[in-house]
Amino acid sequence: MRIEPQYGATRRGFVRAGLAGALAAGAAPAEKSKVVIARDPALRAGGGAPDSGRVLKMLDRAMQSFWGGDSPLDAWKKAVRPGEVVGLKVNCLSGKGAATSPVLVEAICERLQQAGIPQKDIVIWDRLNSDLESAGYRVASRTDRIRCIGNDAAGYGTELAVYGSAGSLLSNTLTRTCDAVINLPVLKDHGIAGVTLALKNLFGAIHNPNKYHTNVGDPYVADVNMLPPIRQKVRFTICDALTAQYEGGPSYMPQWSWPYNGLMVARDPVAMDYTGWQILERKRAEKGMKTFREMKREPVYIATAAGHGLGTNDPKRIDVVEV
Amino acid sequence: MSRFVGQDAILRADCQSARAGRVTNPPQVGNLPHMRRRLFLQALALPCLGAVESDARFTVEARFYDKLPYKKIKCKLCPRECVIDDRERGYCGVRENRGGTYYSLVHSRVCAAHVDPIEKKPLFHFLPGSMAFSVATAGCNVNCKMCQNWDISQSRPEQVTSTFISPQNLADLAGRNQCPSIAYTYSEPVVFCEYVLDSAEAGRAAGVKSVVISGGYVQEEPLKQLCRRVDAIKIDVKAFTDKFYKEIVNGDLKAVLNTLVAIRKSGVWNEVVYLVIPTLNDSDDEFRGLARWMKAELGPDVPLHFSQFHPEYLLKNLPVTPVPTLERAKAICDAEGLHYVYIGNVPGHPAESTWCPKCRRVVVERAGFTVRALHLDKGKCRFCHQAIPGVWEG
Repeated sequence: MRIEPQYGATRRGFVRAGLAGALAAGAAPAEKSKVVIARDPALRAGGGAPDSGRVLKMLDRAMQSFWGGDSPLDAWKKAVRPGEVVGLKVNCLSGKGAATSPVLVEAICERLQQAGIPQKDIVIWDRLNSDLESAGYRVASRTDRIRCIGNDAAGYGTELAVYGSAGSLLSNTLTRTCDAVINLPVLKDHGIAGVTLALKNLFGAIHNPNKYHTNVGDPYVADVNMLPPIRQKVRFTICDALTAQYEGGPSYMPQWSWPYNGLMVARDPVAMDYTGWQILERKRAEKGMKTFREMKREPVYIATAAGHGLGTNDPKRIDVVEV
Repeated sequence: MSRFVGQDAILRADCQSARAGRVTNPPQVGNLPHMRRRLFLQALALPCLGAVESDARFTVEARFYDKLPYKKIKCKLCPRECVIDDRERGYCGVRENRGGTYYSLVHSRVCAAHVDPIEKKPLFHFLPGSMAFSVATAGCNVNCKMCQNWDISQSRPEQVTSTFISPQNLADLAGRNQCPSIAYTYSEPVVFCEYVLDSAEAGRAAGVKSVVISGGYVQEEPLKQLCRRVDAIKIDVKAFTDKFYKEIVNGDLKAVLNTLVAIRKSGVWNEVVYLVIPTLNDSDDEFRGLARWMKAELGPDVPLHFSQFHPEYLLKNLPVTPVPTLERAKAICDAEGLHYVYIGNVPGHPAESTWCPKCRRVVVERAGFTVRALHLDKGKCRFCHQAIPGVWEG
């Protein structure tokens, strides 16, 4: 998957990537990018953990609103096709509290199976087995069941994938195992990159994310998302906003977390990130905290990603639908 | 990324010349030892059959960091000063915050080992013709787009096959293989400095010297500790412009120059390498600027090696450095008054040899990594008795 020349894409590669991106993001010039936000104030009946039944219902509302169709299952059937191996890219580095909720992932797996994706074609993945376990997942490698595996076990390719400033080896789970990926980030603050949402969660697909946090992650986050396998395979994002965090991330900091009790769904990762960023900005303002810009960690990579054609960060072109 | 299998995993030729098929014969001076591969394999009869070692075995608390509120830490190893959340790693990828305590994950975690001529480092004024037991771990604190060892330097320790070699074992291996020195090389020794410090002490106790091959992006305190324990340091000056350091290296020129000055003051033997990359760092002004800075800050006797670039990693679109470019660089630095300017990666070039600055005769004759003749007598030119600076005897 090497793109020549090394210091940027070829014209053909660029056009191909651009087309793939436009298809993936559904970013026809005149169309708005849709971001669905589903919330449920009664998600935690007892004030504790989210109720799994209500999470499933909220997921149904979000998916049906985003994809259309007469039922949630219709929506899922538009999103995935039987015969595909579907990867669920969770975010587990920070462990329980600030990771993609297993309750949400269970709900997604349930609907995927009902939509015709058998267990053997569902793969939950992130960087490390230990990260998955610390977030409450059980590592499983049997190929006749739902798999749950870290890149450390699945390995990375040996060919560098290159775009702009990014040169990385890509997870075998992404490149070899999965036909489609549903991106499952968490709505939270990031002490270096500002926020970590749809775009940055794909750092979990590369072997060297530590190299790409300088300069508030710009342009690295955007460049990594330009790597063809990521552009071609990440189909849409469901952002876990059951519990959100507006400061102190990416580690779990309960004092700066709050029960947002929501989910966000979008195909356009830039619109998703812009929308999530604004939610965190509003929460920070409500708490009397400085803006990300004042903290010198405004997530400018979102604008760079828009410049790359990965989606839009123009609020006038983002249709936020609350359900 | 399991590139290496079994014991071959640690038999790693390090550099471009080897990849380009220009591996030279072992040194021929006197009775110098050289390693046959089978002997080397025997020597490394260690529990290292390619199995992934447990993480705990390689994990030691890091020596240079500050604890911050909320279990964060600030790394004080290199000028980057990464502020790292719990469960996260710094830029180098080999040091991790675990619950507010910072750990090196690469102590004794050797992913590359080889017996190399010291000339390959290159160190030309340090025990010429000797072999260096050369080791690396994964990780680096910069990201040079021309890195020739990116597959280990830009990887995390768990992404490469490694084996456990304790400091004492490393010193023993060097001794058993007739290597008067251990070279910490290939990736970036700064990021595994706890291992370097411990191994250098073990080596010193066993009569084995230590040399560090580094990009020089390091803070003052760890550098001081390194200088107390090692015998020579080779620093890569990647370019003489901030722009290059920012765009190609993701580092900082000033920090590297500060390192060179500090090494000079410490008295540890030091040489400088400058990889000449066509169009990026090959201007007359840069060569002249470097020469003037070196002469003023380090003196005229610090050897300077201009090395030929070969396309690697993220700079595959540029050609091999033309030899005349290297000769131009040498001519400029000679004219500025540096006494020992070499041309590297061009086997057979006359500027591989050491020439006496007084009588202009060859005092160390080299061809590639081979030392063909040594005309030094206790560090002095055998012809005119001019002192030639360096570490000539073990």
